[in-house]
Amino acid sequence: MATQHSRTSARIMVAPAVFVLLVWMLVPLCMTLYFSFADYRPLRATFDAWIGFDNYVSFLTSDSFLSSVGVTLQMVAGILCITIGGGVVLALLLDQPMFGQGIVRILVIAPFFVMPTVSALVWKNMFFNVDNGLFSYLWRFFGAQPYDFLSQAPLFSIIVIVAWQWLPFATLILLTAVQSLSSEQLEAAEMDGAPPLSRFWHIILPHLSRAITVVILIQTIFLLSIFAEIFVTTNGAFGTRTLTYLVYQRVLESQNIGLGSAGGIVAVILANVVAIFLMRIVGKNLDN
Amino acid sequence: MARAISTPKKIMWTALAWGVGLLIFFPILWTFLTSFKTEATAISDPPVWFLFDWTTENYSDVLARSNYPLALMNSIIIAVGSTLLGIVIAVPAAWAMAFVPGKRTKDVLMWMLSTKMLPAVGVLYPLVLIAKYLNVYDSRIMLIVVLMLINLPIIVWMLYTYFREIPGEILEAARMDGASLGKEIIYVLTPMALPGIASTILLNIILAWNEAFWTILLTTVDAAPLTKFIASFSAPEGLFYAKLSAASIMAIAPIIVMGWFSQKQLVRGLTFGAVK
Repeated sequence: MATQHSRTSARIMVAPAVFVLLVWMLVPLCMTLYFSFADYRPLRATFDAWIGFDNYVSFLTSDSFLSSVGVTLQMVAGILCITIGGGVVLALLLDQPMFGQGIVRILVIAPFFVMPTVSALVWKNMFFNVDNGLFSYLWRFFGAQPYDFLSQAPLFSIIVIVAWQWLPFATLILLTAVQSLSSEQLEAAEMDGAPPLSRFWHIILPHLSRAITVVILIQTIFLLSIFAEIFVTTNGAFGTRTLTYLVYQRVLESQNIGLGSAGGIVAVILANVVAIFLMRIVGKNLDN
Repeated sequence: MARAISTPKKIMWTALAWGVGLLIFFPILWTFLTSFKTEATAISDPPVWFLFDWTTENYSDVLARSNYPLALMNSIIIAVGSTLLGIVIAVPAAWAMAFVPGKRTKDVLMWMLSTKMLPAVGVLYPLVLIAKYLNVYDSRIMLIVVLMLINLPIIVWMLYTYFREIPGEILEAARMDGASLGKEIIYVLTPMALPGIASTILLNIILAWNEAFWTILLTTVDAAPLTKFIASFSAPEGLFYAKLSAASIMAIAPIIVMGWFSQKQLVRGLTFGAVK
């Protein structure tokens, strides 16, 4: 089928994409790796090209590292719980017979297309603000003391903002999976007298398990590098400093390039652990 | 599902779904309403819903006073530019991998995907350094290249999954008829691949438009797109709800509309074909 000639031209056609990605991957990463072993603080004009693993030791043993990992885990776990739970419910809801299904779908997926800085600012000012936010109004309406979300529960507030953005993504993917469920199987179960809850538990949920896994993995990869939402709302203060944000602060704010680079390499390694699982699933799918 | 559904049940589901849908959409709706209020009405207690004097003043203010037009222009150039550059590089690659698959095609695809999973913060400083060294810090070209690179794996993957659906027999028939490789691409493949390419372009413009790590950290003013411009509103002193809303609506409206057209491609593009 494919001749030697077409194989050669195929290689030439793939080459540019491979080349630019190879450069993109290797050059900056090698530079980070190089800096991670150096004492490099431009503001103090310090540059010592080799200090061994000192940066790694001080980064990994610092309290800020441990707390940032804790914050990252809480944030990712919180967002995943909301989006997966809400996504399954919404997907099943959208699959029901109704009028104007297309419009409801459009309403539900809209948040995904809102740029992160806009959604963070809208939530921060128009909903969470103590004086003029809608929530404060709601609280006062019911006779309660307005609650300052971003300083009292900053982590929770950011989780709400990001979960709102990612809920549509989870819903859309789970809806695709729900719609591929054979209705015959469900009808058979219904005729056998299986109650709704057990139908959900024994037929629908197992069918969705693959889609849920994919949503978890893809979201985790994106959520590990949440940046703009934190940048706009708390700027990493009040216990919302994730690993990504900590590295950003070390590198660009305090200009401790060596320490920040070591942190960057740690972040790369942690992200790869998640990536390996995702790649296995995608790779399996490529075979069939 | 082809089951007979009683009308009351259908009405109940409709009410429930519309309620939930509106609740999720509410922040966008509220921003939209606020953008047409005066600053005083925007923070009135109790909040006003629809019955206020609608004004478009905020929109003209935002367009006239700040550097909003520049940010808008930057967003358009960067999003469209990075997507088209990506398409130019990705189409030949995806075509070759879909129609002349070799032993290593799968490995190459998986490797490309793996570059997408590199955390941006891991290469933050080298990029700032390279940008400053090449004198392209805070320039559109830098962001076009960087956003092209981070989205290239998605572009290749999407195109690959589309191209694979084109039946190979048609190409073989064209080859039998003596069509050269160039003719095969122009006359046979392109018409069949255009819908896939169009969806890929659409989804990637959306992704590039909303990218908010590199666009914030690699720009200051000149090349700052809307993501960065809006982020500058976060200082409490310069804050006006109605103007913030108007600026936000202008930044998100075109993309939300594009997004509605690309909802199906979204699933395909962001799950790399793992969910169909």
